[in-house]
Amino acid sequence: MKEKLVLIGNGMAGVRTIEEILDRDPDRYQITIIGEEKYPNYNRIMLSNVLQKKMTVSEIITNPLEWYEENQIELINHDPAVHMDTTNKKITTQSGKEISYDKCILATGSRAFILPVDGAQLPGVVGFRTIDDTENMLEASQKYQKAVVIGGGLLGLEAAKGLLDQGMDVTVVHLEKWLMETQLDEKAGKMLQADLEKQGLKFLMEKATQKILGDNRVTGLAFSDGTTIETDMVVMSIGIRSETTLARTTTIEVNRGIVVDDFMKTNVPDVFAVGECAEHNGNVYGLVAPLFEQGKVLADVLTGKEAKPYQGSTTFTSLKVSGCDLYSAGNIRETEGINSIEAFDGINYTYKKIFVRENQVVGVVLYGDTSEGNRYYNILKKNESIEEYTPVSLLHMVGEEASADVSEWPDDEVICGCNGIDKGTIMTAINEKDLTSVADVTKHTKAGGSCGKCKSVIGDVLAYALGGEVVSAPTGICGCTDLTRDQIVTQIYAKKLTSSDEVYRELNFTNPEGCPKCRPAINFYLNVAWPKEHEDEKESRYVNERLYANIQNDGTFSVIPRMRGGKTNPQQLLLIAKVAEKYDVPMVKVTGSQRIGLYGVKKEDLPKIWEELDMKAAGAYAKAVRSVKTCVGANFCRFGTQDSMGLGIKLEQRYEFIDTPHKFKMGVSACPRSCVESGVKDFGIIGVENGFQIYIGGNGGTEVKEAVLLTTVETEQEVIDICGAMLQYYRETGIYAERTAPWIERIGFEVVKEVLLNPEKRQELLAALDQAVEGRRGNPWDEVVEDNKTRQELYTVGRA
Amino acid sequence: MEKILVGQLAELAPRMGKEIIVGEQKIAVFRLSDNRVKAIENVCPHKQGPLAEGTVSGEYVFCPLHDYKINLNDGQVQEPDEGCVRAYETIVEEDLVYVMV
Repeated sequence: MKEKLVLIGNGMAGVRTIEEILDRDPDRYQITIIGEEKYPNYNRIMLSNVLQKKMTVSEIITNPLEWYEENQIELINHDPAVHMDTTNKKITTQSGKEISYDKCILATGSRAFILPVDGAQLPGVVGFRTIDDTENMLEASQKYQKAVVIGGGLLGLEAAKGLLDQGMDVTVVHLEKWLMETQLDEKAGKMLQADLEKQGLKFLMEKATQKILGDNRVTGLAFSDGTTIETDMVVMSIGIRSETTLARTTTIEVNRGIVVDDFMKTNVPDVFAVGECAEHNGNVYGLVAPLFEQGKVLADVLTGKEAKPYQGSTTFTSLKVSGCDLYSAGNIRETEGINSIEAFDGINYTYKKIFVRENQVVGVVLYGDTSEGNRYYNILKKNESIEEYTPVSLLHMVGEEASADVSEWPDDEVICGCNGIDKGTIMTAINEKDLTSVADVTKHTKAGGSCGKCKSVIGDVLAYALGGEVVSAPTGICGCTDLTRDQIVTQIYAKKLTSSDEVYRELNFTNPEGCPKCRPAINFYLNVAWPKEHEDEKESRYVNERLYANIQNDGTFSVIPRMRGGKTNPQQLLLIAKVAEKYDVPMVKVTGSQRIGLYGVKKEDLPKIWEELDMKAAGAYAKAVRSVKTCVGANFCRFGTQDSMGLGIKLEQRYEFIDTPHKFKMGVSACPRSCVESGVKDFGIIGVENGFQIYIGGNGGTEVKEAVLLTTVETEQEVIDICGAMLQYYRETGIYAERTAPWIERIGFEVVKEVLLNPEKRQELLAALDQAVEGRRGNPWDEVVEDNKTRQELYTVGRA
Repeated sequence: MEKILVGQLAELAPRMGKEIIVGEQKIAVFRLSDNRVKAIENVCPHKQGPLAEGTVSGEYVFCPLHDYKINLNDGQVQEPDEGCVRAYETIVEEDLVYVMV
């Protein structure tokens, strides 16, 4: 027989506790839930959205009836528990049902506090706690004109806004000087009031209600200062009181709420309490986060897991009224020892105030812009010292926003999308293997080892895992050295190192033959530094660049012939078709950059296909100048202003087969419609009536970056020259595998612009480029076809 | 065991692999920078990548598909990845390279 667990209260705290128990041990208990309301479990917080007609009742149901069925939970609904016998462990409901229990959870929640004044029982005086209350208010709003909400707290204001949205004339009556006085300081409270007044709410501040007027139904209010107000309806929203009626009929200790210890146990064996009805350490919480924290502790206790004692909660609030963004957390009173930092932006009408005690944030109030709420909350919760932060900073640069906080991410949040590595896996690896750098994490988990976009996030996870210890970013280009690209290149010049072996030896790489990361990089730097002296090292190139074909996932290769500017002709198409048929090519596809690719070619067939195609390689396999995309341009298009195809072909011809730190993509459009997407090209041209706009540093792909307008020039020759100068500047200063967008960001756009637009420097770079690539720009396919030794060495398979 | 002739040492490019097919077995033969010759199965245990096309560093090869690092002596995949491929004995006699299959 399973033990019987009875939950009294079908609300958020209790049902969440049951969910947590089911997560831990779904078969442990036979569960019964007793509820007063006629609905299944719903999200009470969203009632104000229902009142504001932003959501429907069915949308706020969190656990529909099927959930109870699926989990074999008996639901006794619309039938409150009225008696509890803790000796015989029995509960009686209003309809007379008797339910026995082995363990019982009290989660009876709370009720709206109704002011004990004359007339409080009159029809038309309501609380705002349940779906029924909400529906009553909606109904009343159709019949009546005027409403008064007593209480300018969170719930009162949400109720008032809801009624206002239904077309009522709404006045909020508040006892204190400013609204939401427990969550806001005076300034934020007044800002809120001003915003709400703009939306049409009326306020009577510092008014104490003495009497509710009316004979059969409410007609008005009388205040202690002798004034009165007419109204058709009163919403009491001055606070909540724990619902403890049932508990009080037993020997369970009740104070303001049902008294529980750190494990949510009451003084009576096998009876527990969670949520708004529970009092822990003198605190009763009326917010949702603490309820859920309590539920977790109780679930651990009830499933025999080692439970961490509940130690109270730090709470935060935000208001669900559009146009009034506010956020409040922690202690927001300046008492002895607590000082504050505040910032008011009268232009954007935003306000921030941070409360600090002994260098630690203890409270925060935000008004107008709450985007940083989570960040401050984490600082607060972690008791972080604020010494590392700038306390006041005005007008710092746009774009310095704090990154999303990884500490808040769940363990199953995928950090590295390429390899499917989640936060939990990374955290485990960091802890178990004492990892201290991003490179270590990559080595042990693969996260960050593919596209690398997630490296900064891995850094954040690392910092979080190591308790905020500053992680020294790895400076070396790979695991084989601590040297940076600049240090290596400087030494290559200074010591005149002309081969990889020398670099590895002289610069004391820990791995004497390097790794797949540094080998191609060093080879590239040497090629740029010593174009004549250094002999390109095939064994250091990645297979694609060694074989002039892209390796595919099954070990076959692709063949992509060059079609400058994306322009082809019937002869080429016939040849491609013939070859594809003859060699049984499994896939023929138009590529992303306007070329035709043959996919699934066997390595041994590559030289034969190249020979028969008699076309040049498109270079689609290389970190190099790629094919140039063009639109059809002025020759055919009614919008075209320039011969984009012609210019694209010239650019391609002029710079094809030149190695660059990463692929270098170009596009030429003949008008601002930019059909070739010049805005995401490393070098993008847009033809206009008076010439050519040149955009640089646009990248599609892993990290999308929009290209920036460099200049507008009048002639094609200027476009071509600026392109060449940029190529060489990128070759000379780029980090291997760094795209142009991060390169420009690193060097500085203004610096790049100055260099490229200075005619002298441009000519110097162009000359350097031509010298460097002289004799190195032949069609590599031809070279293989003509060179028997290479063919034999690299393109054959031995058979025995 | 059969002694299979791969070819002359001079026909193998240093630090580049060559695929040899013996019956059903695909074998990757590597000439290291110190002219020793190593042979392992030419199929990466991860996604069947052709190891002969990988980057050779010292006594290791890195699979060209996803960078698995494999010891050329014993075929063992290095951490954090797991697995192993078969390693073959090689013999170099008077400039001729053989693999024991």
